[in-house]
Amino acid sequence: MDAFWIILSSSLIAVTCSLLGCYLVLRKMAMIGDAISHAVLPGIVIAYLISGSREALPMLIGAAIIGVFTTVLIELFYKKAKLQIDASIGITFTWLFAIGIILISLFAGQVDLDQDCVLYGEIAYVPLDLWITDAGVNMGPRTVWISASLLILILSFIIIGYKGLFLTTFNEEFAKALGIAVGFWHYSLMSAVSLTTVISFESVGAILVVAFLIVPASAAYLITHKLKEMLILSAIFSVLSSIGGYYLAAYINGSIAGAIASVAGILFLFCWLISMYRKRNNTSRLILNSTS
Amino acid sequence: MNDLLQFLSFSDPNVRFVTIGTMILGATAAMVGSFSFLRKKALVGDAIAHSILPGVCLAFMLSGSKDPLVLIVGAFITGWLSLIIIDGISRTTKLKNDAAIGIVLSVFFGFGILLLTSIQQSGNAAQSGLDKFLFGKAASLTQYDILVFSSIGIVLILVLLLFYKEFKLISFNPDYAKVIGLPVKFLEFILATITVLAVAVGIQAVGVVLMAALLITPASGARFWTHRLGTMIFIAMVFGAISGFFGSFISYVAPSMPTGPWVVMCLSFLTIGSIWFAPKRGMLAKYRVQHQNQQKILKENVLKLFYHIGEKENDFHAERSIEQLLKTRDLRPTELKKGLHLLKSENTVRNKDDKWLITAKGLNEAIRIIRLHRLWEMYLNQRLKLEPDHVHNDAEAIEHIITPEIERQLEKELNYPTKDPHQSIIPYIKE
Repeated sequence: MDAFWIILSSSLIAVTCSLLGCYLVLRKMAMIGDAISHAVLPGIVIAYLISGSREALPMLIGAAIIGVFTTVLIELFYKKAKLQIDASIGITFTWLFAIGIILISLFAGQVDLDQDCVLYGEIAYVPLDLWITDAGVNMGPRTVWISASLLILILSFIIIGYKGLFLTTFNEEFAKALGIAVGFWHYSLMSAVSLTTVISFESVGAILVVAFLIVPASAAYLITHKLKEMLILSAIFSVLSSIGGYYLAAYINGSIAGAIASVAGILFLFCWLISMYRKRNNTSRLILNSTS
Repeated sequence: MNDLLQFLSFSDPNVRFVTIGTMILGATAAMVGSFSFLRKKALVGDAIAHSILPGVCLAFMLSGSKDPLVLIVGAFITGWLSLIIIDGISRTTKLKNDAAIGIVLSVFFGFGILLLTSIQQSGNAAQSGLDKFLFGKAASLTQYDILVFSSIGIVLILVLLLFYKEFKLISFNPDYAKVIGLPVKFLEFILATITVLAVAVGIQAVGVVLMAALLITPASGARFWTHRLGTMIFIAMVFGAISGFFGSFISYVAPSMPTGPWVVMCLSFLTIGSIWFAPKRGMLAKYRVQHQNQQKILKENVLKLFYHIGEKENDFHAERSIEQLLKTRDLRPTELKKGLHLLKSENTVRNKDDKWLITAKGLNEAIRIIRLHRLWEMYLNQRLKLEPDHVHNDAEAIEHIITPEIERQLEKELNYPTKDPHQSIIPYIKE
């Protein structure tokens, strides 16, 4: 039963992240996703300190604020100070992450977080944290419920905003000309990413969030050129990594988050090989056609 | 205060090692990072840092030893491998460089964590301390660590000095370097190698996640102070060393505080401070120039109002009311009043209560601007063959910028015209 709960909660998070990840990869913002997933740390710690618990609401508010703050800071350095984009990203997230670690050390007694948990999460403990209603009914692990609601939220965001996200992703100028609020979609996406990051943080840790955001989406991007197919494929890849990762971790007795990221990497490698194989076939066909 | 003195006296050998070690690490990483920064490969450093973890674990699993030299060899191999894969992904697929970096760093790091936890579970007593690679172990650097770090640091500095000119060229103009026959591929290989080495060493001080900061942040800050590469590298190294010093000091005063994050904290403050306050390139300096330009334009526009009314009524020296001035041009009343008071402090206008009049000095200034405006209109009309009703807006902007030299060229080019395309007289200053 534990295996089922762990795989289920990891899959729920994985699907949420990989759906958003598709947009990040297509918008060439993969590293901004990476930056946000590190930069939310101080937001989480501050929300802890203010609310004194893992209450959902302060966390969500903290997450949204810090996510938007991170993007604004990156853009400030990039556009106003004319610092190149990669350096702006690098400075911002390392600085915020350092603040987060310092806050954790400062309030070590009051914050129920440690440095290792921040990096690779505690997904193995998911089945221990049960949601028991006032009437005493055991509803199963709390994380499963939280990540399921998150998935529904993000899914509805993507379905309702499909057109807006689609146009601003593929042709920003055209979207602008149609009168679509490009900035609105940009910041909504960023808020969604930081929300997802924060909620996924305690169960899977920063590294797996980055892996889920970037790797399945990139793998799907290599073998299809339709957005809908890409979204579905990346979701499938992320679920496969969750299942494979769990058993790999059990087999060599290591971290589940680490194993899931490794399996995602193997899936990516497969897709990479497929895309190379297709490309070679295409080129040889082109050569044949031109010579015949 | 006592803490500071005791710290500075270096009487505790442990303090000595930690401080010197972090300063060396900070400075060498900043030096190598300056090139990563200039070659727009700042985030590659982040990927290398994450990719080093599996190498360290594998090296430990194969050798069973925690000797920093052995671990650095392992780190070096996977660090290099990550570079090759990033390059391969962005060369052979439609994925962009940043996605390639993200894939490599998360997968390598995940694999590293898997190996690390697996080693920890295996019950091997020698493994304790291996996880220091995650967050750095600056506070527990030993004499031997320092020896290894400083020798690697010296090697890196020597390599850099040896190839300084070549590295400079491939950073700023790789195409030109290729054309004049430099072995660009080989030089890039050397540069990548010293970057991997610097990361492998630096990671022991601040840990995986913050290593990117040690590379990029000092260089980014230094860039705001100078245009010269040598100076920039020097400033970046000073930033790195200061932050190393500061980080160890904080850990000395408050032992529960982690060194790495404080080093990064100090670096970030130095850099963000540079971004704001550096002369010329800093944001405040830029805002000041912008503000001065806006004031200049406002003042010149207000002076022109007096001229236009004077021209229409054939009397340049009469008093004008605010309402009359506002009627001539679409200007907000607060803006107009601000402009008038700025002009008053320069003695180009005077006022009696609400009535304003232009002084002789102000009139000369107004004539100069009107003249530039009409000369430019004439130029657009005569040389670019624009219709007279299309030239005003352009002239409105350029009149604030034209220098006396350009003015003379315009006059000569247009054969000293007296009227603009709207048949208004082009005035000149009577000596």
